[in-house]
Amino acid sequence: MDLTHAPADEEFRAEARAWLRAHVPAVPLPSLETAEGFAAHRVWEAELAVDHWSVVSWPPEYGGRGEGLMRWLIFEEEYYAAGAPGRVSQNGISLLAPTLFDHGTDEQRARVLPPMARGEVIWAQAWSEPEAGSDLASLTSRAVRTDRGWLLSGLKTWSSRAAFADRAFGLFRTDPGLPKPHQGLTYLMFDLRAPGVTVRPIGRLDGKPAFAELFLDEVFVPDEDVIGAPGEGWRIAMSTAGNERGLTLRSPGRFLACADRIRELWRTQGSPESARAQVADALIGARAYQLFTYAAASRFLDGETLGPRSSLNKVFWSEYDLALHETALDLLGDEGERADGAWAEGYVFSLAGPIYAGTNEIQRDIIAERLLGLPKGRR
Amino acid sequence: MRFLLDPEQRAFADSLHAMLTASDTPSVARDWSRGERASGRALWSRLAEAGVFGLAVPEAYGGVGPLPVELAVAFVELGRHAVPGPLVETVAAAALLTALDDTGPAKRLLPELASGETTATLALGSAHVLDADAADVLLTAAPSHGPTRAADADSEAPRTAALRLAPPVRSHAPIPSLDPTRRLFPSPTGGELLAAGPQVAAAVEQALTRARLATAAQALGVGLALLDKTVAYVRQRTQFGVPVGSFQAVKHRLADAAIALEFARPLVFGAALTRDPADVAAAKLTACEAAYTTARAALQLHGAIGYTAEYELSLWLTKARVLRTVWGGPDACRDLVLSGGDRRW
Repeated sequence: MDLTHAPADEEFRAEARAWLRAHVPAVPLPSLETAEGFAAHRVWEAELAVDHWSVVSWPPEYGGRGEGLMRWLIFEEEYYAAGAPGRVSQNGISLLAPTLFDHGTDEQRARVLPPMARGEVIWAQAWSEPEAGSDLASLTSRAVRTDRGWLLSGLKTWSSRAAFADRAFGLFRTDPGLPKPHQGLTYLMFDLRAPGVTVRPIGRLDGKPAFAELFLDEVFVPDEDVIGAPGEGWRIAMSTAGNERGLTLRSPGRFLACADRIRELWRTQGSPESARAQVADALIGARAYQLFTYAAASRFLDGETLGPRSSLNKVFWSEYDLALHETALDLLGDEGERADGAWAEGYVFSLAGPIYAGTNEIQRDIIAERLLGLPKGRR
Repeated sequence: MRFLLDPEQRAFADSLHAMLTASDTPSVARDWSRGERASGRALWSRLAEAGVFGLAVPEAYGGVGPLPVELAVAFVELGRHAVPGPLVETVAAAALLTALDDTGPAKRLLPELASGETTATLALGSAHVLDADAADVLLTAAPSHGPTRAADADSEAPRTAALRLAPPVRSHAPIPSLDPTRRLFPSPTGGELLAAGPQVAAAVEQALTRARLATAAQALGVGLALLDKTVAYVRQRTQFGVPVGSFQAVKHRLADAAIALEFARPLVFGAALTRDPADVAAAKLTACEAAYTTARAALQLHGAIGYTAEYELSLWLTKARVLRTVWGGPDACRDLVLSGGDRRW
């Protein structure tokens, strides 16, 4: 057991730090939940990609550096410590790409991954439907067989940044006659600008169009955009669900940087006694999450899968993220009310954390049933 | 980096777990709380044979340490089995004696601590001293400044302290603790002077850090035991015709306990590796909070049976409460975290 990075890993850290110091925009980009900010973040993705920093853990042929998980964690620590922008390509990189690595074809990887790495094609998820949220497997959007492909019809919702994104991926019912809801689902990719797609932006709490409804009316998807075998969609989606909940959606680097900024903010406010416990807990939470993640990465390198332990992660980071931002707003006092303040965007975003990627109630069910072994019951 | 216990460390935990399971530790704890020490001393000898105390003592004095990760592994098991006695105090005393510039006290006292022939307890400025009637070696060290407050770190005044070997306490009745297995006595004054000066003040800091680390690991073990026992209970206890563990309100309370414990665990072992006082304080605070959260859930989910003295759950419930405040409560631990400097973790 040790906590020491290898010298070569520290050299990698230094290289990342130097590149970021030279390239991170001096002025923060506009909110990526707006058209202007989305475009600015897309430009930043392209800049990252020029020197292969956008997807450090991918193989070089797809635009990465072929680095392991530990170096990805190191990169993320440096990335957020440098104050670099949020990642507009995150849904594609952390959800679709792992699925393609595990279940896609060489042709799909060669076609989809390089433009994702360069920010040329930005992906949105299309999981939820109005009547299928926590009970995702009850979804009813259909994909009907047609010549050399499928026709998608139905309504998807809460599709993050779909108002500005290029393509989407999600689950569709291809065989409605099967006894169990998670049977007969297929994992498909589709173009958000294809004929038959209507994107209706939805304003989140602060009015920014952070997600959208997708109305699909016989949208043609060619066979080459099916991931895995038709009917296998649930198994494929769940096999990489741990990525969303666990390791790769929220890196510790982001929280370490956030906790550092909170300590700075506290000091600039004169280190008020009233916030001392919250600030200490912010620092401790970042350290706990960092060390938990190092342990999870070590398990991963031992060949274990994350499995239901990713639900521990998801509840922790989502509640911790919210607490961090509440601490910051409390410290800011009157200034904390300003929607254009440095912490407001993050606060509104953090409010959604306990809801998306499987609500925290669903995660607690998973922890209780699959980690602790409690009997299944009514939800 | 590989931040997971090695196979040998896991095997050590497993062997302690097996030995303690076979030792009927709840009965030992009951005996100890009544002042009947024979079963506790026998268990102490088995722990020494298993190498637990040697982990805290350097080779020069008959131990194999200091090995803080293995020590943390051991203390998780000691907490899991509610082992009574001055366990934390003995390994903290070892840290104190080891850290002195003057090697005389270490040569004199450490070999018998490592072998388990003697037990130690110590008072580092606290009002009470644990198990002073049972310990063979009773150390007191009163720093001339407050022991842990961050403000003192900047103080110009030299920090000095005196280390004394106090005479054994045999006559007093113990001050009752919320944890009946903890027998408290007023901190003694006087005794043989073992060492003095800034070296003692520095050694006291080492001892406090060691005590917090051991307490953090012990609390983690207490919490893990409470979670295991409660999971087993809610699986078999039926109401309304089904196991109460199938109810979502029950599941979510236990899930929250599991989350708290699983995020405390890496802090404990991370602190064992770095031995940094801020890391150790973070681990102490978080592990004790997690154990207490789990204790509250355990009591609630057991219902009235959990509220009884006879039911053995009480051994862990009461310990989870007192561990929060010994060797630095939440406030003192947060102070240490905030005074840990701007170092990036």
